[in-house]
Amino acid sequence: MDDIDRSLLSLLEEDCTTPLHELAVMLGCDDEEVAKRKKQLEEEGIIRRYSAVINWEQVDKGAVYAIIELKVSPERDHGYDRIAERISRFANVRSLRLRTGTHDLQLLVSGKSMQEIARFVSEHVAPMERIRETATHIIMKTYKENGVLYVEREDGQRLPFSF
Amino acid sequence: MLSVKTDNGCHSRSDQKKRDFVSERAKIIPPSGIRRFFDLAGQMENVISLGVGEPDYSTPWHICDAAITSIEQGHTAYTSNTGMESLRNELHRFLQEYYQLDYNPSNEMIITTGVSEGLDIVIRAVVNPGDEVLVVDPSYVSYSPCVTMAGGIPVPVPCTEKDRFRLTPDVLMEHITPQSKVLVLNFPNNPTGGVMRREDLEAVADIAIDHDLLILSDEVYAELTYEGHHIATASIDGLWERTITLSGFSKAFAMTGWRLGYVCAPPELTAAVLKIHQYVMLSAPTMSQYAALEALKHGEDAMRDMVREYHLRRNLFVDGLNRIGLTCHTPEGAFYAFPSVKGTGLTDYEFAERLITEAGVAVVPGSVFGSGGIGHIRCSYAVSRQELSEAIRRMDDFIRSLP
Repeated sequence: MDDIDRSLLSLLEEDCTTPLHELAVMLGCDDEEVAKRKKQLEEEGIIRRYSAVINWEQVDKGAVYAIIELKVSPERDHGYDRIAERISRFANVRSLRLRTGTHDLQLLVSGKSMQEIARFVSEHVAPMERIRETATHIIMKTYKENGVLYVEREDGQRLPFSF
Repeated sequence: MLSVKTDNGCHSRSDQKKRDFVSERAKIIPPSGIRRFFDLAGQMENVISLGVGEPDYSTPWHICDAAITSIEQGHTAYTSNTGMESLRNELHRFLQEYYQLDYNPSNEMIITTGVSEGLDIVIRAVVNPGDEVLVVDPSYVSYSPCVTMAGGIPVPVPCTEKDRFRLTPDVLMEHITPQSKVLVLNFPNNPTGGVMRREDLEAVADIAIDHDLLILSDEVYAELTYEGHHIATASIDGLWERTITLSGFSKAFAMTGWRLGYVCAPPELTAAVLKIHQYVMLSAPTMSQYAALEALKHGEDAMRDMVREYHLRRNLFVDGLNRIGLTCHTPEGAFYAFPSVKGTGLTDYEFAERLITEAGVAVVPGSVFGSGGIGHIRCSYAVSRQELSEAIRRMDDFIRSLP
């Protein structure tokens, strides 16, 4: 992992549709080398996937997102890993983290309606063994996601010429 | 005496006889060479401006926040003439860590209202009428007028493309006379992006010492150095004693509008500069000083991210220029490309004027920066990559349309 790899990762994270040649020019190396580095980063699992950042709130007016916090009793030898792995299998779990603070696991889940979120919590998560407590927070509006602003903001103006 | 008021309540303007009040000094300073380009850009829509001399980034928010907090806390009074002690102390650490420069915060540093003010007061502090001031050419537009206003004589010293826009000892020697007193360096250079390596500066050092010259080194683009690390003029053996270092926060931290810079020099020179500073400026803007303190303390990551991005854009843009036939040396610093337009058969002014009107791309004719810039255009790549690619496409179409 050198500076070129890091720059390549930043460029791909920003726009993974950037043509290979353009990446090569910016990074100051040839096309083959960029392709090789990219492949290596994919194989190492550093690049997990190429995807788009989509503001679903704008597309799907009824969609509901919620943050669910869980207090979990960890298992001997496995800690939180096994239960986290089990929860992560649900397709509607968009992200899952172990964190410090009042709760242990934090999930971001999506659903078509409030009812769907409620059913997921009450029927799937809460009854799970070792889950001691749940707290569900409905998301009202997203302002920024993955470093991308969702709200329109006017940039400062510059003079067309300055020295 | 009759006092006539017009409809809007203001005094009317009468044709009374009066002499010409404008000073000879003000008259001999040339007007800005690109006034009409401003007008052209203002008339057109959808212009991509590569004419800008400032970052396209807004100041990182944590820096703005520090300034806002300082206002909320009521820190709105003057600071010490030299600037806040905490800022000078932090600047001392920064200069030492980045450039191996050791300036005493208490008597070898002044925080100024931009490098612009620093430049003016430094030149006034060291130039006597008739002194010759050697100025690298091409370079930033303010040096020569400031020298002229101080009664000095600017002497351009060309830095050419074949030398990668560096100052060479031979060319410098050709321009030295018994009246030479000061040498103005500006590396990384605006408009060429040229940088001086250690060995280049060492060669200049020998001459400066032999001829007892003072060096004014404007290093405002120091942090924007892409190949290797910036070498500060004053860090060269034998030069600290005869160098005044000028720099600021505008470019590295995207803080042009805050107007904040600094002057660092040996104590006797600092004292002379400070006398002028305290009369003409008193102190630099206080809220800007709080912003700069935050920038130095916690802004280095954001700065590095911006520099990395400029580096990528430079590669993209310079490759594009060379591809469409505008030969361009690789600028190793600042955020300007300085391609030659001689191959098109147009002068730099003609090229720039037609490029904006026919292709909607604004650039600055190189001769604005001195005769060394004739036949070149300055293109800033402190614009988004999308705009750079689009600008290259438009310039390509424009060049193809030429006979």
